[in-house]
Amino acid sequence: MAKMISTVMSNLTHCPKTRLYPLEERQLPPGTRGQIEFDMTKCIFCSLCAKRCPADAITVDRKGKTLVFNPFRCIICESCLEGCPKDAISLFSHWRAPVTALYEQKYQPEPGQAGD
Amino acid sequence: MGRITAPFGPQHPVLPEPLHLNITYEDEKVVGLSPAIGYVHRGLEKTAEKKEYPENVFLVERVCGICSFMHAMTYCMGIEELMGIEIPPRAQYLRVFYSEISRLHSHLLWLGLFADAFGFENLFMQYWAAREKILDLMELTGGQRVILSSCAIGGIRRDLNAEQIDTAQGVLMQTEEELKRINPVMLNAYTVKQRTVGKGMLSREDALLYGAVGPMLRASGVAQDLRQTGYAAYRELGFAPVVETDGDSYARALVRVRETCQSIELARKALERLPEGEAAVKVKGNPDGETMQRVEQPRGELLYYIKGNGSKNLERLRIRTPTFANIPSLLKMLPGCEMADVPVIVLSIDPCISCTER
Ligand code: SF4
Ligand code: SF4
Repeated sequence: MAKMISTVMSNLTHCPKTRLYPLEERQLPPGTRGQIEFDMTKCIFCSLCAKRCPADAITVDRKGKTLVFNPFRCIICESCLEGCPKDAISLFSHWRAPVTALYEQKYQPEPGQAGD
Repeated sequence: MGRITAPFGPQHPVLPEPLHLNITYEDEKVVGLSPAIGYVHRGLEKTAEKKEYPENVFLVERVCGICSFMHAMTYCMGIEELMGIEIPPRAQYLRVFYSEISRLHSHLLWLGLFADAFGFENLFMQYWAAREKILDLMELTGGQRVILSSCAIGGIRRDLNAEQIDTAQGVLMQTEEELKRINPVMLNAYTVKQRTVGKGMLSREDALLYGAVGPMLRASGVAQDLRQTGYAAYRELGFAPVVETDGDSYARALVRVRETCQSIELARKALERLPEGEAAVKVKGNPDGETMQRVEQPRGELLYYIKGNGSKNLERLRIRTPTFANIPSLLKMLPGCEMADVPVIVLSIDPCISCTER
């Protein structure tokens, strides 16, 4: 028991080990799997990412040139990122605030895009 | 004297997982029990047949959140054997590193929960604070705190750079120091001994008879650890299992405490001797044939049976997790004990029900 006294004393003089979520932002190390992002100036709507995705989080309409991404299905495995022939997908490793409703992200071609 | 039967679980304050035990008491003594599972079955084995074999790596990782890396590794080892893939030495060492930090975080989690089971809240927080640093290390190296996704068929997806290796060595050293401070409390405190010594006895013969695995088996005096078979880089790193002979809850805690130190040592050794070169090889083709893979998880032996048929989809994937093998031992450990000791003894097998039910 006496061994724990030093711990108890240091706990008394130090600030809490926990963080005030979600008010306090957490610094994430580089390379953290946060969320993926699509760069629509590079995408050619080949649908390879949708094929590789194990969680079926991406739907690509090749004719209509739209890509729909569901961030709540995504398990951030990076399979799509590794398989994209145009490097149009990147990892976003910053802290994100919590959300209160589910949503889907719809991507459409941007002017000057490769597949346009 | 009258007998009553009362349920322990599936919802119990000590055990967050849905293990259901129908326990018969005579006065305050346990005289019989029947365990039941079946509350969190997710049909992962069937789902695996529907997905393509590379996608299954991410699926099997979700069998168990705590030992996700080792599930992925066992699956990858099986597929690599079926497809005749030789993975680079660097990947073998990195697999040891990731496995050992997973084991470390799992044992620290258990030690905390165990302390909490007999009401030692302070010790619980100390262990979990130490575990937090390991989770941060997992995030730094693998990209996520729990589900690492760093194992792939053909090697390791996340190679470590020199800076990450340095940080990892530092964190492991720091954790070792911290554990030197916390472990004596778990092992020597009067209150801990009162609740664990001589409780939930499992003799060597019974452990073998009931098919116990992992720390349960080693705490009963059987020196069996699958890392002895030398998969990944364990053969090169040298390994001897931790064994205790008393077979009670205290011995099981002691085995896990000693294994945390061993894991730190193995992880550090793997990083020190990390060979240069590629961390993964390219994979082509589809798996054909059948294989059995066994890996030592924090809770014991994990078994994968994989059958491929030359197509992208597997014909069968069968997973047996260590808790499934450890539950029958409760039939021997619980009868004769006091009602108040039931939660501590049940927790001493380190039950992980979600992975048992897959
Ligand atoms: S993001 Fe990449 S893989 Fe997906 S459709 Fe666009 S170009 Fe193809
Ligand atoms: S990161 Fe993985 S789960 Fe997420 S969209 Fe890409 S492939 Fe799908």
